[in-house]
Amino acid sequence: MLEIKDLHAKIDDKEILRGINLTVKPGEVHAIMGPNGSGKSTLSSVLAGSEAFEVSEGSASFYGKNLLDMPAEDRAREGLFYSFQYPVEIPGVSMVNFMRTAVNEQRKYNNEKPYSASEFLKLMREKKKLVEIDSNLTNRSVNEGFSGGEKKKNEIFQMAMLQPKVSILDETDSGLDIDALRIVANGVNKLKNENNATIVITHYQRLLDYIVPDYVHVLYKGRIVMSAGKELAYELEEKGYDWIKKQFED
Amino acid sequence: MSITGTEIKLEQKYTSLFNDSKTSLDKVVSENVSSQRDKAIQLFEEKGIPNKKVEHYKYTNMVPLFEESYNVDFEHEVFKKNLSEVFNCNVHDLEATTIYLINGWYYRKNQLPETLPEGVLIGSFAEFSKSHPELFEKHYNQYAKNDEDSLVALNTAFAQDGFFIYIPKGVVIEKPIQIVNIMHSEQDLMAFPRNLVVIEENAQAKILLCEHTLSENKFLLNGVTEAYVDKNAVFDIYNIQNQHNLTTNVSSVFVKQKQHSSALTHNLTLHTGVTRNNIYIDMDDEHCESHVYGLFISDKNQHVDNFSFIDHAKPNCYSEELFKGVLDDAATAAFAGKIMVRPDAQKTNAFQRNDNLLLTENAKINTKPMLEIYADDVKCSHGATVGQLDEKAMFYLRSRGISKEESRILLMYAFAYEAVEKIRVPALREQIRDLVEHVFRGELNKCHSCALCGQESNGGYSCM
Repeated sequence: MLEIKDLHAKIDDKEILRGINLTVKPGEVHAIMGPNGSGKSTLSSVLAGSEAFEVSEGSASFYGKNLLDMPAEDRAREGLFYSFQYPVEIPGVSMVNFMRTAVNEQRKYNNEKPYSASEFLKLMREKKKLVEIDSNLTNRSVNEGFSGGEKKKNEIFQMAMLQPKVSILDETDSGLDIDALRIVANGVNKLKNENNATIVITHYQRLLDYIVPDYVHVLYKGRIVMSAGKELAYELEEKGYDWIKKQFED
Repeated sequence: MSITGTEIKLEQKYTSLFNDSKTSLDKVVSENVSSQRDKAIQLFEEKGIPNKKVEHYKYTNMVPLFEESYNVDFEHEVFKKNLSEVFNCNVHDLEATTIYLINGWYYRKNQLPETLPEGVLIGSFAEFSKSHPELFEKHYNQYAKNDEDSLVALNTAFAQDGFFIYIPKGVVIEKPIQIVNIMHSEQDLMAFPRNLVVIEENAQAKILLCEHTLSENKFLLNGVTEAYVDKNAVFDIYNIQNQHNLTTNVSSVFVKQKQHSSALTHNLTLHTGVTRNNIYIDMDDEHCESHVYGLFISDKNQHVDNFSFIDHAKPNCYSEELFKGVLDDAATAAFAGKIMVRPDAQKTNAFQRNDNLLLTENAKINTKPMLEIYADDVKCSHGATVGQLDEKAMFYLRSRGISKEESRILLMYAFAYEAVEKIRVPALREQIRDLVEHVFRGELNKCHSCALCGQESNGGYSCM
């Protein structure tokens, strides 16, 4: 479903991604790990359509369509979801209005009838329950005054609402206490099925105890330098990244 | 009657118009109103039309706007039709008592509800000046600062009609009183509406003043509203300006407050050519509360200038001021807000803010928050911001499948939201929320209240 080939990306002439290759199939969970500054967040922003980066080489196709040609909103409507490491606070835009606009624009794109107000509210109730998001969070402005944990739960709630095919979770575990982490991970697991896939970007193996990956990739200096099964995560947790750095020092 | 001539000094154009028209000006109003004219025209002549050298008009030179030729309607002859032939108000179909002014004149076919509480007076400024001279002697031209602003003096010199509202002691008018001021003429026209509002002790009223243009001619409005808010009274005035690009609208509001009163002014400039709003709040007693708000949304070559003066003359008063501006294309705007805390005014709380969103490189705002404090036990703040749409927020919205255009609208609305939420009448807030959203969607031209709707825009101007 998602095929990334030799992807290079730069910001202000500084090359951050230097040839990423990654293939994701339905039903799979991929973990991307790596030390700080290795390009993990850049990779996810580039895939989500951030205009801050320039793709200089390579391709990324999503169900056969050229992902890199699409504006961010079309990527989302095609079924790509990006959970932000730092969700943005938007005072004045209510969660309900935000989500209804998002869901209905996606439906319109896919030639489906927009939800009526009551259908939408029903959907929202269901999904809130599924991801255990506090019901009054949705009565507020988008992320405004949310705690770190609430913001991350809100990302997973949005993921539930939009029902993406591929979700990229960018450091979803950062700054979460263990209870919030469990709720967030449970949400992700409940949304998982044989037709969708998840890419989990993380520093630590702990999240992977809850969201169990099929593959673990190590990103270092803009390249995937190692791929293996979930056991690699434990090895990294135990040994740190130094041995990788040594091995792949340019 | 028309004014022409380029050789003579600009001010003379107005003083000779005054001298030539004095008889017709005086015909409709009481002695009290006419007797104030001479001094006013003299003040006007001394100061002249404000140009950029006048500090308070630094960013809006009025001279070219007043140099243009306009007709006047001192005989009340211009509009002779039935209002329903030209205007159909279905946008603001609010639960309200609605009256109309046409070209500044009170529309004689206005129908007032029969259920108004006893003693309440709503109607023509001119007529009430004659039938209730005692109220006019006490209040008329007592609050307007003719010596501060020559355009206010000019209005006093030419004042003939407008609306008059009197709410007697203890009476609460629940429904907003909506006043629709329409400009409609076959020739370019200048008007000087003059309004007076008296809210007596413990009484309450909310006014919604909507200003529209219904024909494509050039208009110059120079209006003044005085409001007296007595002890413990509550008064709101919401001024919605939705006029075409060839309109110059100078609108001055003077509010005089007494003990424990609460006043709110809200200037919503949704569309005009050139707008100048003057808001003067005089808290002349202890424990007054005032709220001064504004929202201006401009594009193309529109220009909006908001000037406010909040006078904390006595101790223990509270004032809150917020103006928000969204400027697109080559729109320009200015904000100048002065808060004066006089030596007596201990325990003053005064807060002022002006936030602006510039959507293009060419949009421009000059903002000047000012605090002048002569008391030593006060809590005051003032500030201004100028910024662009938040790129991060844009990306966040788009990454959820919301189009760039829709994200822009959501964020502009989010910016304006704070000012809209300041509206104290819930039903009105709903209406204005919709209206503002329409403005951001560029759909305000579907509004029936705008003359250029449904018509192809032609050379030089367009509707939204």
